[in-house]
Amino acid sequence: MDLLEIKEVSKFYATHKALDRVSLAVPQGCIYGLLGPNGAGKTSLIRILNQITAPDTGEVLFNGEPLNPSHIYHIGYLPEERGLYKKQKVWEQMIYFGQLKGLPVAEAKKRSQEWLEKFDLVSWKNKKVEELSKGMQQKVQFIITVLHQPQLLILDEPFTGFDPINAEIIKEEIKSLKSKGTTILYSTHRMESVEEICDHICLINKSKKILDGPVKKIKAENSKNEFELIYEGNLPGWVTEVNSELIEDGYHKLIFKVDNMNRAEIIKRLANDVNIWSFREIVPTIHQIFIDKVKEFNHA
Amino acid sequence: MRKIWLITKREYLSRVTKKTFIVMTILGPILIALFYAVIIGLAINQKTGERTKTIGVVDSSGLFKNQLETPEKIQFVYFDTETKQPEIELEGWLIIPQKFSLDQPNDVIFKSDNTPTLDLQSKLTNAIAVTGKNQKLLKKGLRQSFLDSLRVEVNLKTLEVNETGDEVNSRAELNFGLGAAFAFIIYFFIFLYGVQVMRGVMEEKTNRIVEIIVSSVKPFQLMMGKILGIAMVGLTQFLIWILLSGVLTGIISIAFATKMGGMEDAAQPGMQSAMGPIMDAFMSLNLGFYLIVFVFYFLFGYLLYSSMFAAIGSAVDSESDTQQFMLPVTIPLIISFATSFSILSSDPHGSMATFMSIFPLTSPIIMMVRLPFNPPVWELVVSMITLVSSFMLFTWLAGRIYKVGILMMGKKPTYKELFKWMLMK
Repeated sequence: MDLLEIKEVSKFYATHKALDRVSLAVPQGCIYGLLGPNGAGKTSLIRILNQITAPDTGEVLFNGEPLNPSHIYHIGYLPEERGLYKKQKVWEQMIYFGQLKGLPVAEAKKRSQEWLEKFDLVSWKNKKVEELSKGMQQKVQFIITVLHQPQLLILDEPFTGFDPINAEIIKEEIKSLKSKGTTILYSTHRMESVEEICDHICLINKSKKILDGPVKKIKAENSKNEFELIYEGNLPGWVTEVNSELIEDGYHKLIFKVDNMNRAEIIKRLANDVNIWSFREIVPTIHQIFIDKVKEFNHA
Repeated sequence: MRKIWLITKREYLSRVTKKTFIVMTILGPILIALFYAVIIGLAINQKTGERTKTIGVVDSSGLFKNQLETPEKIQFVYFDTETKQPEIELEGWLIIPQKFSLDQPNDVIFKSDNTPTLDLQSKLTNAIAVTGKNQKLLKKGLRQSFLDSLRVEVNLKTLEVNETGDEVNSRAELNFGLGAAFAFIIYFFIFLYGVQVMRGVMEEKTNRIVEIIVSSVKPFQLMMGKILGIAMVGLTQFLIWILLSGVLTGIISIAFATKMGGMEDAAQPGMQSAMGPIMDAFMSLNLGFYLIVFVFYFLFGYLLYSSMFAAIGSAVDSESDTQQFMLPVTIPLIISFATSFSILSSDPHGSMATFMSIFPLTSPIIMMVRLPFNPPVWELVVSMITLVSSFMLFTWLAGRIYKVGILMMGKKPTYKELFKWMLMK
């Protein structure tokens, strides 16, 4: 079941096209990576999902229904450029934003308290936001985003501004929310964490979608059929050598390419001729796929 | 509605709990009371403490010797010639030349170390003119005793005919004072709180809070919530000021009254007879009606302008960029404030005044200025309807600029772009 379906959505601004007939489907309960260089159209799409703007053409379905104002209570949004009321107290601010997302005061208070405890911020709750460190402010911001337990969590570059330790805490929280059934749309142009946390990705470039699907499938599809083999003995003739080096007494590390043959078959045939120490397929990283696809697209 | 209320509440509470608000709210009336104290003090000093000026008169023509009418607070001392160091301290020399005649009253000179005040100049010319006229009359054979009997002191009592045809005491001074006070308060309120709306919008925009909020509420709700919240702050502050000012001014008036009473006993019947009618007039005012009309113009004037201030705040990234857009918005406000005094003192029911009291950008100030002079009811109704409908139109347009502006970063927009935003879907 797809929580979110985006059908042929286009958005135009006076001088440029921000989205050009983009279609994608975000399955329930996954972490969906929305990838693309700066200016690709990610923020435009996110603003449509948040109903800050409306698409010029196309349709968005949330839980199968056309997107409507009641859905904002089920969406949590952490924008890339974020901020809080600096002069307001942490606690008041959390309750306020909770109420704006439809929580009754008592519920907002209860949940805020739980989150403050979880993030070790209880002693800061009556401080003004400006008195908090950057990292603490980011945590408060994150709490505000998830306080109303949204079905869809939209995170735009959520790790910018976090130190590695806090980034790890947030990453764990995201995974834990996913395990509780929250669907997460994770928008970024930085690939480091994509492979680690995303189940699905969609790549947008210059207002168009250039590929989407489950991460494993995309990787498989973009495989160059290259393998790494460490072996002893003499290579059979059918192996097309890409690169080879001697690593120690008689052991060679070889990178080679084979088309039209699956891994089991390759191993079986190799085993006839050489002594296999290790064998693995060289899988392209999402980072590499991203760069290749964007280059390819820009040249086309 | 619930969301507008939530935003209004936040805007209100976050402002009224600020230290600056509390300090200003308490200091405001004290400053106003001090201001009154200084003005009253000065006025009293001027009335009672104005010293008598001594003028040396050298009358070579011989027409006026010892005969010049002495105006109030002036004393004439007659000399044969101008001396460098007279025995008494003189304000200046009034020199009437030998060739001066009643038929050709020229070349009278006044010499002094300081520039004489206009008041003094007119007193001097008047003294010569009156004396001259008397001289002429005496020459025609009239007797001095007859001339003395010609003096008539008139105390003009002004009456106004109201709608029911009754004649009531006119309240010119009070009307002027009330009109000026209304104009000032509304002008001040719109400016002070309109700018607060603008700053608030800019704060949300530059702090990037706005993107989070507009993912929960409509931009228009956010704008209205802010405007209404700040309006309530203004009303609260105003209410407290009125109460505190009333109490403080009361205390000061009583203090002055007892001081004056102690000093001069009943030596100031003029003052009392002047204050009496004003107090009577004040009591005869329909204060409830004024208050309702005042709160109406106060609120809708503010609402009209603050929606424009909100649009400005949304369009720019920094305070310095606001100037360009502030000017056209504030011009009608400044013009109406500036013209309010001439309207008050010349013609509160002239065509210009009537137009400005209906035109929505100037009506909050000008109609309030005219109100004490009883403008026709239909004008008041038209003015109010125009104001409310323009408030709705302006807020709608401002909301459209606001909606686009708050998410637009970087370059300062041009007027053309603002216009495009208004039309954007």
